[in-house]
Amino acid sequence: MSGAALILHQFRYEQKVFWRSPAAVFFTVMFPVIFLLIFASLFGDQEIEELGIETATYYVPGIITLAVVSATLVNVAMRLVEMRESGRLKRMRGTPLPTWAYIGGRIGNAFVVSLLMVVIVTLLGNVLYGVPVPTTTIPALLLTLVVGTFAFCSLGIALSIAIPSEQAAPPITNFTVLPLYFLSGVFVPETEIPDGVLTFASVFPIRPFFQAFLTAYDPLTAGAGFDWGHLAVVAAWGVAGTLVAVRCFRWAPRHG
Amino acid sequence: MISVKGLRKSYGALEALRGIDLEVRRGEIFAFLGPNGAGKTTAISVLEGYLERDGGTVEVLGEDPATAGREWRGRVGFVLQECRMESLLTVRETLTMYAGYYRDPRPVEATIDLVGLAEKADERAGRLSGGQQRRLDVAVALVGDAELLFLDEPTTGFDPSARRAAWAVIEGLRDLGKTVMLTTHYMDEAQALADRVAVITAGEIIAAGTPDDLGGRRHADSLISFDLPAAAAVSAVRGAVTGEWTQSNGRLALRSADPTRSLHELTAWALDHDVRLGGLEVTRPSLEDVYLDLIGEERGRAT
Repeated sequence: MSGAALILHQFRYEQKVFWRSPAAVFFTVMFPVIFLLIFASLFGDQEIEELGIETATYYVPGIITLAVVSATLVNVAMRLVEMRESGRLKRMRGTPLPTWAYIGGRIGNAFVVSLLMVVIVTLLGNVLYGVPVPTTTIPALLLTLVVGTFAFCSLGIALSIAIPSEQAAPPITNFTVLPLYFLSGVFVPETEIPDGVLTFASVFPIRPFFQAFLTAYDPLTAGAGFDWGHLAVVAAWGVAGTLVAVRCFRWAPRHG
Repeated sequence: MISVKGLRKSYGALEALRGIDLEVRRGEIFAFLGPNGAGKTTAISVLEGYLERDGGTVEVLGEDPATAGREWRGRVGFVLQECRMESLLTVRETLTMYAGYYRDPRPVEATIDLVGLAEKADERAGRLSGGQQRRLDVAVALVGDAELLFLDEPTTGFDPSARRAAWAVIEGLRDLGKTVMLTTHYMDEAQALADRVAVITAGEIIAAGTPDDLGGRRHADSLISFDLPAAAAVSAVRGAVTGEWTQSNGRLALRSADPTRSLHELTAWALDHDVRLGGLEVTRPSLEDVYLDLIGEERGRAT
């Protein structure tokens, strides 16, 4: 098979496994939708004065951030640890499948799920809470999604290396992302968060990723909405994650 | 197929392999025997290319596994000691997925039949029994149609009927012209399957040969044994037939280098004196006896 066909082959099985896994579907698909319904229903029609937008409009890119990070970083890290500790990663290493085809299939899966979540959350936001659907900023939105998928997938691979066992995977990944959601303004509007905290959160990739989405969804954004500064920070994290992943990747279970 | 000379591997201060030599020929089933921790899996891991060696030369299918590429990996199949298959994919999906990695795979349906999982083809792997999961594992190793297969303890944890079924699969590989290297601690498995065996303990090969020859087994003394007759007959028979007699568990046994003659003398005496020799048996030491002797000697020397 050609390279593209191999990636597509792997992608198909990644999709099957994803949609059959109750945990993956719940945390990546259901959880963000439920959060959107709760946040937007409670505070949706209030206006965030400093930003000049309704709270629901703020939460749509926030929940998309949550869903994409879940489909990429969280899902990739959990599954890689499970694959490694079950011995399947080692076994895959013994087949002629090139590593890039395997990783490509996995990232393809993360991207398709992320894209689906962008569509679902955007439509729900529009239909239920009247959040405007971006038009002129669609290219910026897609670029943000592509850069984010790359960055958070490589960070997921890097994180999986640091996780010692299958049992440790959920607590470690959640402990990594949950505080950042709060500090980055994903769950709590950024106007309620002290500047120092936001500055601190801006060092990590979730805050700038969210800001790039927020720019694309903000009706007040003039022009194409490419948020180059924040995208650069996200991409830099992606490069760092890739370097760690390439240098330190482990195929065999830790106990073996 | 496999040629190993002076293979060494240490984990820190522990010398797992202390210079082993091996030759495995095309089309043969080669069994690696040894107690837990003897170095079987370490040696196999080096041959599979998973583990770097510290010394010696290793050639598998004409290449050094440490540097061999994709092409080579397509010619080698594995069953690892521990591997759980993806529980959410069915048997057929799992094999179709792995088949897609190879340029010239074995047909998926035929592979499912070969390991006896036809009735479970649409069952998710997570719902299979332990033995069935292991057979799926073997099927994954076969679906690439590799020339050389490494099977690390392929039947550990199987019930007796599942083991017989797995043996039939491995026998089938011989008929397909495959070369198989397996590790096991079941002596009956090695006896039933292997053309040649090597015994490893503490990182060294202490004996090698066919299962029938191992440790001089072919030339070993036979043991003639029968149920203990009446007390008077015991001393009479021991007087009439000379040799090394032993008595235990209600059985009387005669060790003999020439069982034809000893048996003739014994049965002649029994007929003359109208003594029934209940449960009469002539046995040679089993592979297990020889193996236990071998590793026992080795342990005796070590302590």
